[in-house]
Amino acid sequence: MDHGEATTTTEPAGTSPTLGPPLVELKDVNKHFGDLHVLQDIDLTVRKGEVLVVIGPSGSGKSTLCRAINRLETIDSGEIRIDGQPLPEEGKALAKLRADVGMVFQAFNLFAHKTILENVTLGPIKVRRERTSAAKERALALLDRVGVKNQAGKMPAQLSGGQQQRVAIARALAMQPKVMLFDEPTSALDPEMINEVLDVMVALAKEGMTMIVVTHEMGFARKAANRVVFMSDGQIVEEATPEEFFTAPRSDRAKDFLSKILSH
Amino acid sequence: MGDFLSQFAELFANYDVLGAFWVNIQLTFWAAIFSLILGTVLALMRISPIASLQWAGTAYVNILRNTPLTIIMTFMFLAVWTQLQIRMSDDFATNFFRFAVIGLTVYHAAFVCEAIRSGVNTVPLGQAEAARAIGLPFLPAARLIILPQAFRGAIAPLGNTLIALLKNSTVAAAASVSTETSTLMREMIESNSDLIYAIFMTFAIGFVILVIPIGLLTTYLSNRLAVRR
Ligand SMILES: Nc1ncnc2c1ncn2[C@@H]1O[C@H](COP(=O)(O)OP(=O)(O)O)[C@@H](O)[C@H]1O
Ligand SMILES: [Mg+2]
Repeated sequence: MDHGEATTTTEPAGTSPTLGPPLVELKDVNKHFGDLHVLQDIDLTVRKGEVLVVIGPSGSGKSTLCRAINRLETIDSGEIRIDGQPLPEEGKALAKLRADVGMVFQAFNLFAHKTILENVTLGPIKVRRERTSAAKERALALLDRVGVKNQAGKMPAQLSGGQQQRVAIARALAMQPKVMLFDEPTSALDPEMINEVLDVMVALAKEGMTMIVVTHEMGFARKAANRVVFMSDGQIVEEATPEEFFTAPRSDRAKDFLSKILSH
Repeated sequence: MGDFLSQFAELFANYDVLGAFWVNIQLTFWAAIFSLILGTVLALMRISPIASLQWAGTAYVNILRNTPLTIIMTFMFLAVWTQLQIRMSDDFATNFFRFAVIGLTVYHAAFVCEAIRSGVNTVPLGQAEAARAIGLPFLPAARLIILPQAFRGAIAPLGNTLIALLKNSTVAAAASVSTETSTLMREMIESNSDLIYAIFMTFAIGFVILVIPIGLLTTYLSNRLAVRR
């Protein structure tokens, strides 16, 4: 196997040391929203077990990138592969792929009319066709792991934002996904709740979950990420280890961006 | 006043007023159930990702909603019965009753569809995206996530549609359901023109008595069942 950029980067202490084969591959991906060229020739490979942080100014296309990876958005050209398989067009195969790609949204998006437990068991029962009792058991274990087991019978609106986001992580994990996408999972949270969510994510990273995380949380990137990509205006401008990126950004756009997020 | 009451007594003794209202309640009941089903299917078509289904749903709603109900009911009688000779029952009255239910259903389904769509608009887009993201295809996502929330958001407009349906069931006279209220009222006026105020009051109050609980119930339910976000 050739030594791609991902394997030559220095590993942050404590993360899984060996990265596996490519799990998410984007080749020459382009997307437009009308006149706006929101993804421009994106080439990106994420290996099994890798934690990739995507950072960049608002409107640079980070969410669109995440959404394209589980085909919540279609792309105009290029190719996206998950575990070697090209993204299916529609129908059963696409639903199956989405089940393999966990997604955590900025706004949590817990099913508002279902209890916390039902939120976590719904996918396993309705998509994976698991037995209800088995799904429940596993859901409770997951809720325990993210620290909200005692809220299992409540409705989402009764929980704090931090708790809701941890449930959303459990809901995604219940599908036993190959890769997890996080789109600014802490930016809708009150400051005192950010860490409880980041702690869960760091633990997940340490267990070897493949993760693509859009976030501006430098602490998380330093602790858990193997690699940072910096996006601006629909392009990947820079790729580096967290340490390199935050201490010595190469591009002017990254320097400018970092000076803005560091200045407060 | 006593005189007025005796007029009511006379009317109720000579005519089957309650029976006539009962016919309208039955028309409303069946048309409500069937239009809820058809309207839900139409709403699903309109929110589906398939362009031809969207188009068909939209076309249906726009055509039916903009056609006077009287014309639909007359069509049921003239075209379906007289021309096409379609029979739904050997019993004459049952046959026309069923035609009337169908006419009311196809018309009100358009309004039910729009009421449900307004309910769908109360469901944040993120709910559908989260459903898709865990691998639910369109129909299961609609059935498990979108519609249960949309119905709760649509209770008030659905209640309004039900009220309109109840009142519109009097148009069933046009489809020759001869036992319902508006037909009875005309009959009563023809032979008791001196009692015209009492007759009007009878039917006006009758409908108010039926409509008010629907309004109260839907307000109660839409508060009670509202999805907390
Ligand atoms: N559905 C859409 N239709 C049109 N423009 C969109 C849509 N979604 C996002 N955009 C635009 O695409 C650009 C990138 O958006 P996004 O991927 O959300 O950026 P980021 O997540 O980096 O803030 C923005 O300018 C945004 O306004
Ligand atoms: Mg975004």
